[in-house]
Amino acid sequence: MLAKEKQVLLRHIDTPELKKISVYEDTGGYQALKKALTMKPDEIIEEVKKSGLRGRGGAGFPTGMKWSFVPFNSGKPIYLLCNADESEPGTFKDRVIIEKNPHNLIEGIIISSYAVRCNKSYIYIRGEYAYGARVLQKAVEEAYAKGYLGKNILGSSHSLELVVHRGAGAYICGEETGLISSLEGKKGYPRLKPPFPAVQGFLECPTVVNNVETLSTIPWILNNTGAEYAKYGKEKSTGTRLYCLSGWLNKPGTYEDVLGMPLKELLETHGGGMKNGAKLKAVIPGGSSTPPLTPEEVDKMTMDYDDVGKYGTFLGSGGVIVIPEHFCLLKLLERLTEFYWDESCGQCTPCREGTGWLYKIIEGIYHGHGKESDIADIKKTAGNMMGTTICALSDAAAMPVLGYLKKFPHEFEAHIKTGKCPYGETH
Amino acid sequence: MIAFSPENESKFQTLLTKYETKRSVLLPALHLAQEQWGFISPEIMVFLATKLDIPPAHVYEVVAFYTMFRKKDMGQYFLQVCNNITCTMMGSEEIIAAVREELGIGLNEMTEDKMFSLVPVQCLGSCDTAPVIQVNEDYFEKLSPETVKSLIRKLRSGEKVESQEERC
Repeated sequence: MLAKEKQVLLRHIDTPELKKISVYEDTGGYQALKKALTMKPDEIIEEVKKSGLRGRGGAGFPTGMKWSFVPFNSGKPIYLLCNADESEPGTFKDRVIIEKNPHNLIEGIIISSYAVRCNKSYIYIRGEYAYGARVLQKAVEEAYAKGYLGKNILGSSHSLELVVHRGAGAYICGEETGLISSLEGKKGYPRLKPPFPAVQGFLECPTVVNNVETLSTIPWILNNTGAEYAKYGKEKSTGTRLYCLSGWLNKPGTYEDVLGMPLKELLETHGGGMKNGAKLKAVIPGGSSTPPLTPEEVDKMTMDYDDVGKYGTFLGSGGVIVIPEHFCLLKLLERLTEFYWDESCGQCTPCREGTGWLYKIIEGIYHGHGKESDIADIKKTAGNMMGTTICALSDAAAMPVLGYLKKFPHEFEAHIKTGKCPYGETH
Repeated sequence: MIAFSPENESKFQTLLTKYETKRSVLLPALHLAQEQWGFISPEIMVFLATKLDIPPAHVYEVVAFYTMFRKKDMGQYFLQVCNNITCTMMGSEEIIAAVREELGIGLNEMTEDKMFSLVPVQCLGSCDTAPVIQVNEDYFEKLSPETVKSLIRKLRSGEKVESQEERC
């Protein structure tokens, strides 16, 4: 377990009134910005590359590399968009930073904007986080008043305008190109890549989209160097991250620890083990889009980008959901497939139609109307949904369904054979 | 004639200075309109289209796309119950049943006095404190059938309920 004083993101999180700028400064806040402004932008990008930091929103793309894709001399303005549209079921880590330590995020944004030569930035926060948006708005105003935002920050040549922008309830806006469409005042339709946002994003200008946790890590890297950050975790999975533990645990919550820690240890130490001594059935390791793990896999897997692949899943957004033996997986899948059906933007046929079919078939099985042929239909439908659409929502809906089918086939069979839910769910 | 209140008109004018294009102001302007009128009527959509110099069709499609924009009156207290995976596992069905018992309304219904309506919503990002309800803009967490009933009674009687700001 990572000691408090070694934490990157949550070290000061319990400090009373941390969301006030003076308290944040007392914990060493905005020192990294002062240091950054004495460096060249490329030196900052190099430092972030050395850290090995990968995007914490879910895709895990190396942050420094993402920044270096921006054409700095295109003559167009460059935008930095902070993705605070945290909507992946099981994920609630960015909310902790936003509500309790907003200046950490703002400092990260200012440093990152300087690195990518950006003078205008937006925080796109999901509409439901109304309280978080108010906290951020107040913090942004404080940062302007102190000269950390606005023209010629702290007397330097760097200027940044930062706007807090609320979404309005659409999971797809967490997808970076969907977010860009939404910020332009449109439906959150994702866009084909390439062109990638780094080249052609918001208003067709070069745009960097980074997650809240990713940007909040930048001040620590500047204060302590990228090399120090890379000492945490493992090769290719460096650093710490926020794990969101929810479900059937004694101590659900947001915890910071190193990448590459054993999942079992994460659940036992931070999570306090199974609630009421219940038996473990499955774990979703990184938000609802990631295929589940069996108890045997939970005993073996470590939370790093490479190891998870051996178990056919992903680290995703850090949302770890713990499912006890008594909870029906078809019930879970009925909720899950309804979610993706509800949230599909409707732009691509395989997703728009496929999510509906998966929901319909799963709902039928759960309610005791399943047929033997449903299994083949699920596989066929899910197969047609993968790699065939503009964005990853379709894959994110199909992959977990196939994962449950592969690892827990008996739950499907039990429902189909008996024509009712073996867990006694009545409908 | 539809118009923003003087206070909201001034907020709207500030918004115009913050964004690159008028169209980008649509989402914040819709939030502002919803604050003022409670929901987004077709007349309000045309009003905003005119103010932002964009076709009404662009406003309609945006209002339809985003779930938080209410298309009809949802009453004074808008109860949004998460029924995604973790909340379901931790008892959101019991929460819905308790609301039904207390108010006599089910999902997507409003009480006759227009005081409460209940809708299911997707994950609210509060799974460690499941089950969760958002009432208008405030989260109420770690609910039980008893605590949700007590919350509703307080709201109905006008008794003070701590806001999220006060609790955090």
